[in-house]
Amino acid sequence: MRPEPFGALAYHYENRRLNFLRAPELVALVESLDQHPSVSAAFAASGIDPRRWGSFRRALTALVASDFLVAA
Amino acid sequence: MTDLIINEPRPDDLVLSQAKQSGLATQMKQGLDAPICLTWELTYACNLQCVHCLSSSGRRDPDELTTAECEALIDELARMQVFYINVGGGEPTIRNDFWHLLRYAVDHGVGVKFSTNGSRIDAQVAAELAAMDYVDVQISIDGADADTNDRIRGEGSYATAITAMEHLAEAGFGEFKISVVMTRHNIEQVETFKAMADRYGAQLRLTRFRPSGRGADSWHELHPTDPQQRALYYWLLDHPEVLTGDSFFHLSALGEALPGLNMCGAGRVVCLIDPVGDVYACPFVLHDEFRAGSVRDTGGFAHVWQESERFAELREPQSAGACASCGHFDACQGGCMAAKFFTGIPLDGPDPECVLGHGEPLVQAATERPQGSDHSFRTSVQLTSKPRSAG
Repeated sequence: MRPEPFGALAYHYENRRLNFLRAPELVALVESLDQHPSVSAAFAASGIDPRRWGSFRRALTALVASDFLVAA
Repeated sequence: MTDLIINEPRPDDLVLSQAKQSGLATQMKQGLDAPICLTWELTYACNLQCVHCLSSSGRRDPDELTTAECEALIDELARMQVFYINVGGGEPTIRNDFWHLLRYAVDHGVGVKFSTNGSRIDAQVAAELAAMDYVDVQISIDGADADTNDRIRGEGSYATAITAMEHLAEAGFGEFKISVVMTRHNIEQVETFKAMADRYGAQLRLTRFRPSGRGADSWHELHPTDPQQRALYYWLLDHPEVLTGDSFFHLSALGEALPGLNMCGAGRVVCLIDPVGDVYACPFVLHDEFRAGSVRDTGGFAHVWQESERFAELREPQSAGACASCGHFDACQGGCMAAKFFTGIPLDGPDPECVLGHGEPLVQAATERPQGSDHSFRTSVQLTSKPRSAG
């Protein structure tokens, strides 16, 4: 995952997919995932406005679908 | 808020199909912290003398980067988190340290796709490549039969490329790339190229022919006719799985946009490092006009990418110039900078292959055409006069 002005670029070497993470908060959330027992806990600790959690959850789902994130 | 994430399955082809709608294209035009797609021509030495060679390759430049300099550059690219590099030339495998540098890059987390004419891909090399991660191979071929190909690339080069493909397929390499530059003589063979790719479990990649390097000399004889490029446009719409390096975006003026970003990425998301370490805006503009600096300068490649005035200019909004009054400018963005430059058309003028026909009169009227650097062997390089008969 590489920081960029708009958020970050993430590249998966196996499937050669490039993902554009388009919010700095999303980048921070993804990076914090392995420090929390659950995704919900990561959200709770993230400081992201709960009204926006839906769109962030969809983004995580997309990252799982492209094998960038693996569901624990 | 719209999508927080954009998922792009074909980064090595720079196809960012959803980016345009999302406004990300604007972001990318202003430049990224590091290029997405970096081409590194490792040497000007080549055992072929293709008539359309974009870098006029042939003879090695005595000042080419040393092994140690190449390693230092890879270290820097790794620090910048450049995900992968496209390595070409010349014929990159001619360098004695090529295989060492390939492993060095991969071991440092920089993926490599290298372009080759296949002459060094024997069974053993194919097996070694198949066992490596983060390596992709692109075999260049410019005709679906030996006659068509060898006129462009030289006698025996078709057989060499096919043999390399067979070795890669037999070694179980997986989806390597077959790379074809579209010319007047092969553009109607696209179905045969597609069948060739399918036969070897490869992916087909079609690239637009540019008047760069020796391509400037062969341009008038080789660039596709207007009916040919129109037919290709519709074929590409029907075959979104075929890679194009986003290089046919000038055809989007015909209607529906082709898959891809539909913008010139030069100096914004792509750039080129040449064998002596000079950095240019894209692989097709090896000319002082587009030279942004050298990796040998203080600050190295990162400084060139981030601070060069030449790149800063390219990241500014570009004037539509003579195309401003054309209703199709949003679709084609005025076409390819390199194609304009080397046919003598102003950079804010139309593409020489403008589908509305605005380019051709300007090509005819051009009085001066810039010359790039030349590494050809002393003998002149010409098309063989007639297709040889088979056998």
